Amino acid sequence: MSISAKAEDNTSLHTEHIHIHRDDVGAKLGMWLFLFTELLLFGGMFLIYMAYRLEYSTEFQISAKELDVALGTVNTLILLTSSLTMALSIAAIQRDKKILSMLFIVLTISLALAFMINKYFEWGAKFHHGIYPGSMELAEKSNGEIIFFGLYYSMTGIHGLHVLVGVVVLLFMLVFVARNKINSINYMKLENSGLYWHLVDLIWIFLFPLFYLLH
Amino acid sequence: MNSQALDVNSVDYLEYKGKHKGILAWILSTDHKRIGILYLVSLSTFFIVGVALGFLMRFEMLSQGKTIVDAQTYNALFTLHGIIMVFLFIIPGIPAVFGNFFLPIQIGAKDVAFPRLNLLSWWLYVIGAIFALSSLFLSGGPIDTGWTFYIPYSSRYTSANVILPLIGAFILGFSSILTGLNFVTTVHRLRAPGMSFFKMPLFVWAVYSTAWIQVVATPVVGITIILVILERLFYVGIFDPTLGGDPILFQHLFWIYSHPAVYIMILPAMGVVSEIIPTFARRTIFGYKAIAFSSLSIAIIGYIVWGHHMFTSGMSDTSRWIFSFLTFIVAIPSGVKVFNWVATLYKGSIEFGTPLVYVMAFILLFSIGGLTGLVLGALSTDVHVHDTYFVPGHFHYVMFGGTAFIFFAAIHYWLPKMFGRMYNEQWAKIAVGVMFIGLNMLYFPMLILGYMGMPRRYYDYLPEYASLHILSTVGSWILIIGLVVMIVNLIKAVRSPKTAPMNPWGGITLEWQVPSPPPLENFRVIPEVKHGPYDYHYYEEEEVKYEHISKS
Repeated sequence: MSISAKAEDNTSLHTEHIHIHRDDVGAKLGMWLFLFTELLLFGGMFLIYMAYRLEYSTEFQISAKELDVALGTVNTLILLTSSLTMALSIAAIQRDKKILSMLFIVLTISLALAFMINKYFEWGAKFHHGIYPGSMELAEKSNGEIIFFGLYYSMTGIHGLHVLVGVVVLLFMLVFVARNKINSINYMKLENSGLYWHLVDLIWIFLFPLFYLLH
Repeated sequence: MNSQALDVNSVDYLEYKGKHKGILAWILSTDHKRIGILYLVSLSTFFIVGVALGFLMRFEMLSQGKTIVDAQTYNALFTLHGIIMVFLFIIPGIPAVFGNFFLPIQIGAKDVAFPRLNLLSWWLYVIGAIFALSSLFLSGGPIDTGWTFYIPYSSRYTSANVILPLIGAFILGFSSILTGLNFVTTVHRLRAPGMSFFKMPLFVWAVYSTAWIQVVATPVVGITIILVILERLFYVGIFDPTLGGDPILFQHLFWIYSHPAVYIMILPAMGVVSEIIPTFARRTIFGYKAIAFSSLSIAIIGYIVWGHHMFTSGMSDTSRWIFSFLTFIVAIPSGVKVFNWVATLYKGSIEFGTPLVYVMAFILLFSIGGLTGLVLGALSTDVHVHDTYFVPGHFHYVMFGGTAFIFFAAIHYWLPKMFGRMYNEQWAKIAVGVMFIGLNMLYFPMLILGYMGMPRRYYDYLPEYASLHILSTVGSWILIIGLVVMIVNLIKAVRSPKTAPMNPWGGITLEWQVPSPPPLENFRVIPEVKHGPYDYHYYEEEEVKYEHISKS
């Protein structure tokens, strides 16, 4: 009896100590702080955009006309819809509908990929016309136009990177839901991923008018 | 279940055996105490590398013309010295080592809010460090832009490896952000019962304020660094004047982070001072709330003074005097702290332990650093001494005499708790004395040189500057001797048998109420906090009561 108790003690000593500690409010607080840093990251770029828009307002208006408003609008709709499917997947898991939740996550990922494909064609067309940083054609244009496209590629590029990161995160969430690690009583990971996804969406809501609509 | 919890605490965190063995038990541990030690070891290593580079720089300046290295190597030396000391030592510095180790214990928690994220921070730190230093070993040569990466030199003209150190700095920033958001969440969520915000030790207040700066300021430098990388790779034109961009805009964005970063460096040090002084004066801290709020106000005002780095870069006069005015305002909360510390010592029963000796040196050195800062903050005098040796003289007084001295003070204050071992007090005090002399000999001539007009970062100098340069170089040798004495003494201490008592200094914050070294989960029972962190009179009453009970 005493020997077996000792053996148990030993095993408990030799297993990695795991913090059985769950704090949903804390997890959400941490996530909001992270989102805040993301806002500041893009905030730095919006600040630069503002500074140059004031300096080169006419050049910015001319350049904006060269962007494809139709493609931009389609992408806006795609991202807005993906935010909806994201929210629906959380609503589904809260109601214990695992398959439905997974379906909505897959849908969100597909929409994200559709956004990226669209972006690929849009950038591709610009490259085809020789409008990309460092190109000969762009070098002949005025400074304001060079900076507009420099900002366009930097800002939409970094935003696109965030979309791709979102896809990877959502793939993990899909696996977690499939393995029941995310379920109707413990869905904070999915909710936090949702918060991130909405932020990516929200950034685009600002990028779209700044680059495509302000002629 | 309950007995298992006790078992976990039956060993201290140094002896605990998890599922990993050897070095893996450290580099894969999510225990905040082990992560604190990981940071201590890695930071100290980089600090020694940084000191070695600084030694070489000073040695080069011993004589006019070439002494040991050529001009390009000298450029690389001051750049790497800056990058290592700023990004790898002093910014993570006190929060990463002592914040990790003591913040949870001081608020009565078992760990930080996100232990795994905490480990990730350390890994990011290591990866960032590898990137930052990799340029040393790759073709193209080590980065030579200065640690500020000023454009357009960094984007267009230098042929050295700039991108890798920039990526390194970005990753290090990410590590810093994760540590910051971890600490903010920890303070908000994991305080023990009764530990209200105004019962938190002042070190916790300082680290909490610092964590906010880390969260709020670091992303701005992150995006700035990314844009410099894009600029260098693709010529996007955002900062490049030949393409219509504005290099001054880069400076603004860089200093929007890098000035608050100065407070990331100094605030936690001020927190440590606020711990050491009441412990060694056996007295409640004077003006607890004033010190707590001054930490917060430094964090807030420090965010809006960045323009004083650019007084001669080209700014409108209006913005120059506004930034100058705000710079003077930020001196107020710093002054509040210094006066409160001195007032705490007044009529205290002072015991001159090594940590307090460091603090005394700090108050003097930091005051010199602070007052020379006012010379730089005033527009008229700044124009005269801008970009001269006065500036390195000033910030080394603040950074070395301020933060690094308190980093050492914190090691001497908490080493008995962290390792359960004591160091030789006498040698420790000798080391402070030697370092104090060396530091003043090294940096005070710099202030005079700058006032006489010697520009910073220059490889060569005129004959009239020679004697002060030689004095400064000799000072660097004395400083290094002091450092060696200190490090040998500390290493000897860590290798000696465990003899440190639970509470060697008679401190009354929570970390002194757990064994040395602390058990795995810090507390057997999460304590209930009934009085403020420095209420010695309550504490003494309870002691008397306790003794009475144990006798009867």
